[in-house]
Amino acid sequence: MNAVLIGVALTLVAAAGAVVALTGRPGRQAVTLSAYGLLLALLFLVLQAPDVALSQIAVGTVVVPLMVLLAVRRIRRGRR
Amino acid sequence: MTRTVRLVVFGLGGAALAVLFALALLRMPPFGTADHPYRDLAVAAAAAHQTGNAVSSVNFDVRGLDTLGEEIILLGSVVGAATLLRPARDESERREPRGGRVLDSTALLCWVLLAVTTLIGIDVVVHGHLTPGGGFQGGVVLATGLHLLYLAGSYPALRRLRPLSWYQWGEGVGAAGFAAIGVAGTVAGGAYLANVLPLGTLGHIASAGTVPLLSLAVGVAVTCGTVVLLAQFLTQELRITRRE
Repeated sequence: MNAVLIGVALTLVAAAGAVVALTGRPGRQAVTLSAYGLLLALLFLVLQAPDVALSQIAVGTVVVPLMVLLAVRRIRRGRR
Repeated sequence: MTRTVRLVVFGLGGAALAVLFALALLRMPPFGTADHPYRDLAVAAAAAHQTGNAVSSVNFDVRGLDTLGEEIILLGSVVGAATLLRPARDESERREPRGGRVLDSTALLCWVLLAVTTLIGIDVVVHGHLTPGGGFQGGVVLATGLHLLYLAGSYPALRRLRPLSWYQWGEGVGAAGFAAIGVAGTVAGGAYLANVLPLGTLGHIASAGTVPLLSLAVGVAVTCGTVVLLAQFLTQELRITRRE
């Protein structure tokens, strides 16, 4: 059962990672990165590392995408 | 540096990393077995110091110096971002940003979630030595939770509740507090960051000696550091205009 869970979580992370890498525009990439971060947190939870999962949710799913989005908007505004 | 030189440098670095990585992997304990040498050592060390959460014991007791280093990396990143994102010579800072419109239901949800998130953040920081979490995780939750005020459409409220100079001080005080607890360990225990406080009983809120105090110091520093960091980005986005 545990092996199945780990396999499913790993596959989801690999698929989501590919989606992030194949997303072209940085603004959209921030959103896919956020979803990827959530799946990565799920993998950490399945691997019995709740501490790392918490850090991952906070930093990878919230702070980094937020910083990317704000930076992208600022750059777009600067171009106009 | 030409393209060829860069490729050669990258090739050398990549090859060395691949060799070291392969060597390290070969000597790793196998995945998915009951044999966990690190767990056996870490759990024994945590139990010896009455720390419920073995991860916090590793972070703040066994390798506290590494955590101090990470703390200083965060401090350095925040200072760097603040320096890079300050208004440039041809930009000026507006007093207030243009107001936007937010649905009442969104604003209400944000205010409710602000209370919930703040409580969760404090809970995660304070119970870091007992349950999963700790100063870092709780600090990021507290700092990002505060920005629900912005989502609720109230940038002035965010600015009032977030006097930035306090947070700049808080970041420094948190990092300095961590270092000071370490010095106290040197004075009382003979080693930097030695766990010199009474250890208490496993599972009680007052247990694990210096671990909850160090976790709290990290919590203060990370909350304040993340708020200062995000504030630089928000200020750039909302209040800086290029001078005509």
